[in-house]
Amino acid sequence: MWELVRTVAGQGPVPWYYGAAAALLSAGVLLGFASAFAGLASFVERRIAARMMSRVGPNRVGPQGLFQFMADGIKLITKEDLFPEGHDPILFRIAPYFVFAGMLGTFVALPFSARLIAADLNVGVLYVVAITSLVVVGIILGGWSSNSKWALFGGLRSAAQIVSYEIPVGMAILCVVLLTGGLSTQSIIAAQGGMPWNWFACHSPFAAMAFVVYLIAALAEGNRTPFDLPEAESELVAGYCTEYSGFRFVVFFFAEWANLWIMSAIATVCFLGGWRIPLVSVAETYAHGYWVALGCLVFAGKTLALVFVVIQVRWTLPRLRLDQMMAVCWKYLIPIAFVAVLGTMTWMVLLPWDSALGKALRGVVFLATLGLLGHLARRTVATYRADAAHYSRMAGQSLWYAPWRLP
Amino acid sequence: MRLYFNRIARSASATLEGLAVTLSWVFRRPCTVQWPDKIDKPLEETLPERFRGILEVEVRVCTGCQACERTCPIGCILVRTERNAQTKERFITGFAIDAAKCMYCGLCVEACPTGAIRHTTQFAGATTDLGRLVLRYVPEGTRVVPYKPSAEPPAGLAPRGSLAAAHLRQCFPDTKEGAR
Repeated sequence: MWELVRTVAGQGPVPWYYGAAAALLSAGVLLGFASAFAGLASFVERRIAARMMSRVGPNRVGPQGLFQFMADGIKLITKEDLFPEGHDPILFRIAPYFVFAGMLGTFVALPFSARLIAADLNVGVLYVVAITSLVVVGIILGGWSSNSKWALFGGLRSAAQIVSYEIPVGMAILCVVLLTGGLSTQSIIAAQGGMPWNWFACHSPFAAMAFVVYLIAALAEGNRTPFDLPEAESELVAGYCTEYSGFRFVVFFFAEWANLWIMSAIATVCFLGGWRIPLVSVAETYAHGYWVALGCLVFAGKTLALVFVVIQVRWTLPRLRLDQMMAVCWKYLIPIAFVAVLGTMTWMVLLPWDSALGKALRGVVFLATLGLLGHLARRTVATYRADAAHYSRMAGQSLWYAPWRLP
Repeated sequence: MRLYFNRIARSASATLEGLAVTLSWVFRRPCTVQWPDKIDKPLEETLPERFRGILEVEVRVCTGCQACERTCPIGCILVRTERNAQTKERFITGFAIDAAKCMYCGLCVEACPTGAIRHTTQFAGATTDLGRLVLRYVPEGTRVVPYKPSAEPPAGLAPRGSLAAAHLRQCFPDTKEGAR
């Protein structure tokens, strides 16, 4: 964005209104992207969840149910804005803004491609981790000001959870920062290679551990199942947003869906090589528009693959109990994250990035990851095959129904 | 210490196995039946024979005994009969079933000596006006001679379901179901 301002303003001092216009423009674009993604993600998640439960999902509103999220949004916006008895008038109103600001503020430092970034802050990931914490402020305020025990429990659980899981997230990102030597998101991506074995996730077993720790902790920070205790339906009605209705409720859920992109995008930036295209250098990517566009597609592809995994995990694992959730964080993730940081440091000292052994071991980690994915695919085929013959004998038709085939 | 690492290994392998199971379901055929528009033939035709749907009456085999009316636990059946004082002839002048009240218990079907009242496979009864759900199998102002059980059953009785379907079509002219 700053490059754009420079191009328009030319050399020399930049008038303040250029900066203001650029900020407004990028805010509008990011808000549009976040809304579109949040809406479509809710539709896609409902579809995927439905297929995993042998249903078909929303398919009535618009072509193939694509406009279901618009219908839901319009319904919620036209609803009455209710206030519970005894609520705190200021805090109750202000809480959604915190959640919203914490979510949208993160997009500022998230790149989409080589040039496509609102502001390449030199404290990029630190800023991201810091501003994500605004969400917990909003959640606590919402829970406290609702004057409802469910909302208060939800808010407190969320606070305990997010504050605890910030530590493994920070430690995992610290590994990446150590490897890069910088905090800016673009520099983290530029330090990685285009090929999968040059991604930070494959740098060493310790970096791979950091990646897994980050994924688990990011799930918890985003209040996604299996860590959705703050809004556990069966226990707390809807947690901190129990008493919210209408547009304020939309804001909470909007932030939650947009967070799906945020957590996956940070993982892509830090561990999966961001927008790096195989065999194309960073300088070349910056130089040509078509590489920038392709980089954008690469980045979106990696992020959406992670989004699918996050959605799938939600419909695979049951919710953790509160003490289990805390045990996972303090007894497992944090020690593992410390080991990952120390291990990464040692690895960096002993095996520099360009050393032959370092390259070979990166390849080994990559092959191990491939082996894990192969195991997953093998088990998937095995579970499918276990039922396919019975099904076709009983139902008289094949069990196969491609995921892209529409109902 | 071994327990600690065992737990990590167990949870990791269990999660991986769970992911494999859910992923395999993405490729399986959903078992949803998409009523009413994405099925080969109307659901009414594929429902089992003993399905207890909306009641219908074939008045041509009705004896006018009112056993169904008496046995109905909610009183949603009304049978009106008249008697000509001179000729001692009985007529059925009204047979109405309030499908909105009916709870589909089937006691009237059990009680009917001739099988005139029967369940159908019709079930779609959405309407904007509850009054439309009163199904009048003997129209106002007509008199039906009761059926004598000793007589031969009349030829060309209406197939099961057709009478109720005709009524439901008239009752819901403004719905998609009625149009179909």
